[in-house]
Amino acid sequence: MAGQSDPQLSLFSAEEVEFIAEDEMVEIVPNLRMDALNFVCGDFGPFFPQLATQVPLWLAVALKKRGKCTIRPPQWMTVEKLTQVLEAERDSQRVFEQLPFHYVEISRLLFDHARDDIPDVYMVRSLIEDIRDVRFHKVETNLESLNERAFALKINNLSAMEVNIVRPFVGRALQAFYKHDSPDLIPDQDRVSDRRPQVANNATRRHLRR
Amino acid sequence: MASEAGEGSTAGMDDYETLISTTDVELLKKAWRNEKAAPEILRFETSLIQRIRGQIQLMEENIEEFAGSGIDPLTVSLYQMDLDRTQYLFRSYLRIRLQKIEKYMFHISKNPEVQSRLSEQEKGFARRCADDMERHLEESVLSKLPDNYQDTVKQSIISEESDMRFSWF
Repeated sequence: MAGQSDPQLSLFSAEEVEFIAEDEMVEIVPNLRMDALNFVCGDFGPFFPQLATQVPLWLAVALKKRGKCTIRPPQWMTVEKLTQVLEAERDSQRVFEQLPFHYVEISRLLFDHARDDIPDVYMVRSLIEDIRDVRFHKVETNLESLNERAFALKINNLSAMEVNIVRPFVGRALQAFYKHDSPDLIPDQDRVSDRRPQVANNATRRHLRR
Repeated sequence: MASEAGEGSTAGMDDYETLISTTDVELLKKAWRNEKAAPEILRFETSLIQRIRGQIQLMEENIEEFAGSGIDPLTVSLYQMDLDRTQYLFRSYLRIRLQKIEKYMFHISKNPEVQSRLSEQEKGFARRCADDMERHLEESVLSKLPDNYQDTVKQSIISEESDMRFSWF
């Protein structure tokens, strides 16, 4: 059913993150002639053979699946660029490199459907996996430094998938810090059961004063 | 066929170019994301939903015409994909709101400010929900309890104070 993902796991399911990522623009080279497409979400085309054009990722994948185009991998998806990014990620403990917000989803979709359009695809794939691991490890390490003075968390350059995975944890962690730090602000229901009946208290006090 | 956003519906967008070139689908996506992330129900996007509904209907009619008039099946299937994506966002937006209404139905019935954020149909839904729930609780449990214990609200585990604060993150 549309939109029924479990909010306990994460706000958006992996499929929903991919859905959002599929609207990113990507360059294709069609091998057919087709009239302009006037979609609800935008106008694309017309398409001429061998003339590169920009379309949303979902459309590119649909055309590629039917053998109607090749997809040009984006600028950042080359062995050189990714090796640079990986080294920079490894060098710094706290800083995240600038990567496209949906780099995980875009690369995943391209690996699944347009493998033959990516030069050195195995190298690229392994670089991206390494980058993901290094970044996620960095996120985990940095989260350990959350302490009671944290009201909000700001991390630069995190990607969509990483944010989606980390969000529920951070939300609950900050909430727990807030709660444990200021007990007066919450009418704690557990407190009620701590109160002993008034009569017994008075009796105890009177007894002690003698 | 991409309709442009109306001027009043994009609060906070100072850039004129961005304002006139944002499609309704992008606005719907933004409203959907906001609704998903917010613990309480947000203001209903009446004009946006009306426009999207119109566009979806138009597109459905077009696709039927295409399928009949011999336009190649590839084009038809691409139009269908675009329609499916838009419909998914539309339905998901409405369903998330309905889930929130079901969750907070008693809070909503007591709170006119929250009620003002609902569409007319949602208000009706919220009222019917609360009525059904009350009747169900009455018939199955409360009527069998002693006289003073029959109030739905007092028996309800829903706290009287708003506990919205702590689900802010």
